[in-house]
Amino acid sequence: METDNKLSMVVFSGDMDKVMAAFIIATGAAASGIDVTMFFTFWGLKAIQSGELTGKSLFGRMLGIMNRGGVDAIGPSRLNMGGMGRWMFKKMMKSKNVASLGELRNLAVEMGVKLLPCQMSMDVMEIGTDKLIPAACPPAGVAAFIEEAQHSKTTLFI
Amino acid sequence: MSEKVESGNTGPVKADQVIDLKGLLCPMPVVKLSIAVKKLPTGAVVEGIATDPGVMADIPAWARTSGNELISIDQQGKEYHFVVRKVK
Repeated sequence: METDNKLSMVVFSGDMDKVMAAFIIATGAAASGIDVTMFFTFWGLKAIQSGELTGKSLFGRMLGIMNRGGVDAIGPSRLNMGGMGRWMFKKMMKSKNVASLGELRNLAVEMGVKLLPCQMSMDVMEIGTDKLIPAACPPAGVAAFIEEAQHSKTTLFI
Repeated sequence: MSEKVESGNTGPVKADQVIDLKGLLCPMPVVKLSIAVKKLPTGAVVEGIATDPGVMADIPAWARTSGNELISIDQQGKEYHFVVRKVK
């Protein structure tokens, strides 16, 4: 099996710290001349949502309310403390001049990182294509990810 | 702490572009470097000045992975200066 100079990543987590790691690795790899594909599934979808309310059914709308706000509204996996942790981390990162999640995502897009949304998660969570950021690719499934992964020297699950 | 890489040239290499990376943390130094390198022709020389100690490991690694040449990297006080040449 011929592998190309590619990196494929499953972004399963929707926590601020883990999504941050994913985008740092993605931009660093793109900067090193590697083709990067990020496959966003389940909670990870939040990283490429526009932040608008989603959902059609009662549960879908409830989830949409809990999940609103897009990439700037996600909290860290630990010590979020009802949003205080998110606020604190953002303040600390800003004071140390670390790029914000939104900036990192824009950079990734500029550098040609492919943002692939998971169709099945979008169906289950009732998130339409119109509720994703415009830079996201058309949604795809596991076979599309496996095809990318088969050609990649590096695969990650975050 | 200083690491000099032989380039075959004697004396300092004149940079075609100098990029200011002071105050930036990972991954921004390599990202900004790669964006600058992308816009220049093959053979061009870029000098970078950073304050993040992480560049001492990251810039040589970036050069190896991206296939570009690291001419020099060294610490000068609180700053880290490096020079790279675009190979491809």
